[in-house]
Amino acid sequence: MSNKEKKMVTVISVYVLTLGIVPTANAMHIMEGYLPPMYCILWGVICVPFLIAGYLSIKKALSENRKSITILAMAGAFIFVISSLKIPSVTGSCSHMTGTGLGAILFGPSAVSILGIIVLIFQAILLAHGGLTTLGANTFSMAIAGPFVSYGIYKLCQKLKTNRYVGIFLAATLGDLFTYCVTSLQLALAYPSQSGGISTSIVKFLAVFAPTQLPLSIIEGILTVVIIMCLETYAKSEMIGLGVLKEEKN
Amino acid sequence: MGEKKKKIIILLVIAVLIAIIPLFTLKGVEFGGSDDAGSEEISKIIGREYKPWFTPVMERWIGGELPGEVESLLFCVQTGIGVGILAYYLGRFVERSKHEDSKEKEMHN
Repeated sequence: MSNKEKKMVTVISVYVLTLGIVPTANAMHIMEGYLPPMYCILWGVICVPFLIAGYLSIKKALSENRKSITILAMAGAFIFVISSLKIPSVTGSCSHMTGTGLGAILFGPSAVSILGIIVLIFQAILLAHGGLTTLGANTFSMAIAGPFVSYGIYKLCQKLKTNRYVGIFLAATLGDLFTYCVTSLQLALAYPSQSGGISTSIVKFLAVFAPTQLPLSIIEGILTVVIIMCLETYAKSEMIGLGVLKEEKN
Repeated sequence: MGEKKKKIIILLVIAVLIAIIPLFTLKGVEFGGSDDAGSEEISKIIGREYKPWFTPVMERWIGGELPGEVESLLFCVQTGIGVGILAYYLGRFVERSKHEDSKEKEMHN
């Protein structure tokens, strides 16, 4: 381990240990029936153009490079796995990650909207987790807003020439966190506080979501980096085909 | 490759630690369904108990809440589908690159 890596490990361990002692509560997707109908429709309508763009971008990616379908399946499977794992967090309740950062980095943000909505429908129907009425809102936060932030940060880190893996880590972590910020905003818009309006509500909901989600988003960042390392080693040609990896000169 | 493997193992250990440490440091905490906390917050803000206007379709079909065990089964199914796909393709990729490596060696010999 280099010095830098040692420092990173120490910082993370200290962080984990200090945060491991503060209890409160939290939540995940917006539950069935918890958004007024008007907002359900509104968020659903907002999602439509993104879903269409997603469908087209997946179609284009596959027609350009047929082989990338395996990687697409893996990105979808990653969301499936990650969003099914409820992980105990420092706040004393469980939450789960989104897993959308990987897809956003590999295929661009709009493609993830399709992958994300599949998972959300699965959970809404079979698991009573999230919901069909809140599908639009949840799709927007998890499968659209989060991935777009991930993608933006990934590209920004590329421009700034940060270490590749640090960039991927930040992209996945912040994308996950942003998903829950959007969820807070959605809830706050629907339930403005009587005393302080929407902004007070946002702060209140964020206080519920953010502390729980922070450590989980770090786990998500780590897992995304790990899976990309694996793909770069074993599926080099696909990664080059997707433009994620540059062709090495021998 | 060895260097990369080490890195991956360290990263995975950190991830597992972050997930597990709260279990040990927060003794006696419920780690309950986090959905409830969000709805509690809604009730607090509007100042009365919130009644959802739509119940999950699954709960309608079976006429009640999904039993906890069945819910964990369905979550496992979801994980299983995902892990299955990931492992299948990753395995294929690993085998393929092994195959390519040995071919290259043959060409050099």
